[in-house]
Amino acid sequence: MSEQRTIRLTVNGASFEREVEPRRLLADFLREDLGLTGTHIGCEHGVCGACTIILDGDSARSCLTLAVQADGAQVQTVEGLGTVDALHPLQRAFREHHALQCGFCTPGMLMAALDLLRKHPSPTEREIREGLSGNLCRCTGYEHIVRAVRTAAAAGETVGAETETASAAPPREAGAGAQSRGSARE
Amino acid sequence: MTNLRPGLIGARVQRLEDPRLLAGRGCYVDDLRRTGALHVAFCRSDESHARILRIDTSEAARAPGVAAVVTAADLEGACRPLRATSRMPSYQATELPVLAGDKVRYAGEPVAAVLAESRYLAEDAAERVAIDYEPLPAATDPEAALAPDAPRLHEDLASNVIVDREFARGDAEAALAGAAVRVSGCFRMGRKTPAAIENRGYLAEYDEGRRRLTLHSCTQVPGIVRDALAELLDLPGHRLRVVAPDVGGGFGAKVSLYREEVLVSILARRLGRPVKWTSDRREDLMSTTQAFDEVVRAELGVDEDGAILGLRAEIVGDVGAYSVYPWTAAVEPVQVASFLSGPYRVPDYRGRVRAAATPKPPTGAYRGVGRPPAVFAMERLLDMAARRLGMDPRDIRRRNLVRDGEFPYRAPSGLVWDRAAFTGCLERACETIGYDELREMQAAARAEGRRIGIGLASYAELTGVGSRIAVAPGMPINTGTESAAIRIDSTGAVTATFGVSSQGQGIETTLAQVVAEELGARLEDVEIVHGDSAALSHGTGTYASRSAIQAGGAAIVCARSLREKVIEAASHLLESAPADIEVTGGAVSVAGTDRRMSFRELARAVYTEMGRLPREVRERVDLEATGVYDPFWGTTSPATHAALVEVDPETFEVEVLRYVVAEDCGRVINPLIADGQVHGGVAQGIGAALFEEMVHDPSGQLLTASFVDYVVPSAAEIPSMEVEHLETSAENNVGGFRGIGEGGTIGAPAAVANAIADALGVEIEELPATPERLFRLIGPGRRAAGARMETGPGGRGRGNRFTANQTNSGGRSESGSGPTRQSK
Ligand code: FES
Ligand code: FES
Repeated sequence: MSEQRTIRLTVNGASFEREVEPRRLLADFLREDLGLTGTHIGCEHGVCGACTIILDGDSARSCLTLAVQADGAQVQTVEGLGTVDALHPLQRAFREHHALQCGFCTPGMLMAALDLLRKHPSPTEREIREGLSGNLCRCTGYEHIVRAVRTAAAAGETVGAETETASAAPPREAGAGAQSRGSARE
Repeated sequence: MTNLRPGLIGARVQRLEDPRLLAGRGCYVDDLRRTGALHVAFCRSDESHARILRIDTSEAARAPGVAAVVTAADLEGACRPLRATSRMPSYQATELPVLAGDKVRYAGEPVAAVLAESRYLAEDAAERVAIDYEPLPAATDPEAALAPDAPRLHEDLASNVIVDREFARGDAEAALAGAAVRVSGCFRMGRKTPAAIENRGYLAEYDEGRRRLTLHSCTQVPGIVRDALAELLDLPGHRLRVVAPDVGGGFGAKVSLYREEVLVSILARRLGRPVKWTSDRREDLMSTTQAFDEVVRAELGVDEDGAILGLRAEIVGDVGAYSVYPWTAAVEPVQVASFLSGPYRVPDYRGRVRAAATPKPPTGAYRGVGRPPAVFAMERLLDMAARRLGMDPRDIRRRNLVRDGEFPYRAPSGLVWDRAAFTGCLERACETIGYDELREMQAAARAEGRRIGIGLASYAELTGVGSRIAVAPGMPINTGTESAAIRIDSTGAVTATFGVSSQGQGIETTLAQVVAEELGARLEDVEIVHGDSAALSHGTGTYASRSAIQAGGAAIVCARSLREKVIEAASHLLESAPADIEVTGGAVSVAGTDRRMSFRELARAVYTEMGRLPREVRERVDLEATGVYDPFWGTTSPATHAALVEVDPETFEVEVLRYVVAEDCGRVINPLIADGQVHGGVAQGIGAALFEEMVHDPSGQLLTASFVDYVVPSAAEIPSMEVEHLETSAENNVGGFRGIGEGGTIGAPAAVANAIADALGVEIEELPATPERLFRLIGPGRRAAGARMETGPGGRGRGNRFTANQTNSGGRSESGSGPTRQSK
């Protein structure tokens, strides 16, 4: 087994220092080491988007990112949005429009939508559909997700309410050189 | 009964389960952490059909963190054999081993399991298990597998034909012989996988002190899994609990008992440690039940006015290597035959169906179960007949749909349609999409060389199937009833428990709406418990579009009897006649007075305050009730889908421009949720029509083993959709509900296929209609002629240059078989 490396990072505003194996996926680190199970894993090969998080201000696939790549980074996960009792405006829009069914894609979808709205505060329907095309939802047929994102955009609160990951750090090449733990078995 | 708090059923209520799921506080199986848990990694066969010569686990067993390496030899006697049985005379049951023993029968079949301290270590060690195979000949093509001399997949069976059944009414051959127009085709949809975004996962834990086994499973059917495991492991129900926590989508993928959940249960008990397995996507694509893999050769005869005279079909199901428990391999192909005649008056019919065991992953009950291929074939045949007659597709459906005065209508396979909006859905769909204007627009667009097509598809499905009919043909277990228990506890809180479970359908909300309205409670005070086999004596789960009808029905029956008890207690406490007691908004009151008690006060008086009730009332009135509901026959859910597509003349890419569904789901419980069910179903159907296909090469190797190769559509490929609900009350069930969960997937492949056929003037017999397939279908001569297309709406141009070219270039006659399936 390979040696451990120490990483320090900020997740949802809190600082962590942990020992990890270099091969450990950021998704597994968040879910298992930090207990942040809101980030889900649907494919482990970068297609479904369930594992989407915000890494230094950009959306990233935590299944294609190694935990060691997040050393020094600012990470935001779905747990850094709203809470059960005080949902974030984007989460409220998802609820209002029934933009989730099983909820499994939802955390990743929310983070992708957050990233989209931060960069394109008033997207057209086409831009929303293209902007979310890296996130698969098998339940909703996307209709209600698109409506929710449009509503959140119209309300315009999304960016303002989002404070956790404001960071001057340059975007990182998430996924570069990452290897999925499943890939070795093929 | 008088309804004192109307309006909750039918209200656009926001879902109660949403806040936790939105905040990342849901709890799916893989989110469960247990100290000391062992993680499983499987070694899966890389051969499709082979004898296992040798398994060497010694190196893996010595790898870091490994607690055990298990093969079939280690499991001998660990559980009873698992076989899905059936009353169907022709059926041959296959034994489903927990791990492959002497032989593997599909690539991806589990052969060995490694248990280690972490999943990383388990996967490392699984690399070191050495398995030697001797490949065996394999009949991967289902029609080839039917031959008596085909390589036998199961030596203990007489042949690979594990189901053989025929439905007949009248004389289909004679009816066809007398038909003015006969059309036929060989229809085939790509093998589909449900692809729930949550992969399957299981966690078993064993309490040695109490000798209790708990399985946390992403199953849709905790009751069925519990009952099956009780048999297999010989455990009584009170020592075996199956819990489905939040489940990330099912669509039928999680409705069968899987060998992995049997294995973790056996090993947790044997090792006395929690045992967990979470599938990765590659394993999911190789091992979760698949669907829609039937070859449907069908012929339809109509008279000169387009009225159907006869229909016949030969159906071969490519059901994979094993018959799934409990549904059997018959679940899909037999329903292709029994539903083929659709919502139409078909006087004479003969449909024969055979299921061939092939060295591929087992097929199971995926959303729509058999009806998507049936509807694809029938709706294509109708459009082909309309084209031959120069008739509009809407008119041929108007001519043949079962009409309002004709219900109940017995379909030729024996299914009975109860009164529902068959023609109403067709008319509403056409109105909503603006059918007549679109036909004009289409003509104008064609003049500009654009290839625009309009497709209709009508169907009917049977939902909420009661005890009179087996959900899967010949299946011996009862799937007709569901039970509920509702109680008001000593704090006044209302808890309603059901045997169904949720994979996103929103039953924590819809069932709360039903309970609150029927009981007179406040929505926010009702908690729905589901997905726990220990919570009720019997329940099966969620499948076959039954939750609204069965669990909704049980909710009504049960809430009504609890309400009687509430009224009785209140009449004593408020000193008033029962007839004067009103129950509404979570309180009881005496009509026309200010005498009132909240449920909380009522519960305290009934349970905790001494002497408030006379002894005989206290003993009788316990503020809880149970109820069982059985719709007996089931109820019909019809719909018409209308699609507008454009095909790019250069790339043959298909874009769905508009999509309308008009469906009759009876009384709508929550329009927001009903819409969502339809949207999601349609997206899966569009996936089947255009993108999704599990491709196996001739040796049975899966070529689409990732989401890069198996294309699940994203928001960019799915159109905006419009849904119209026609609410014909279903008088045959207590709530007036009809099932809605599957219809979207049933109608969409056919509607999109018809639209493409309309756009291009060709006959689509194979899905998904990928650019490559369309390119080949059109042929070089046709492509040159494309810009000069003259086919009118609905193919009024029978005999035009287009049709002539088709025969010349494609080598396909109108009754010919489809092109060979090409892998991507
Ligand atoms: S888990 Fe699918 S993209 Fe990361
Ligand atoms: S809500 Fe189930 S996958 Fe999106």
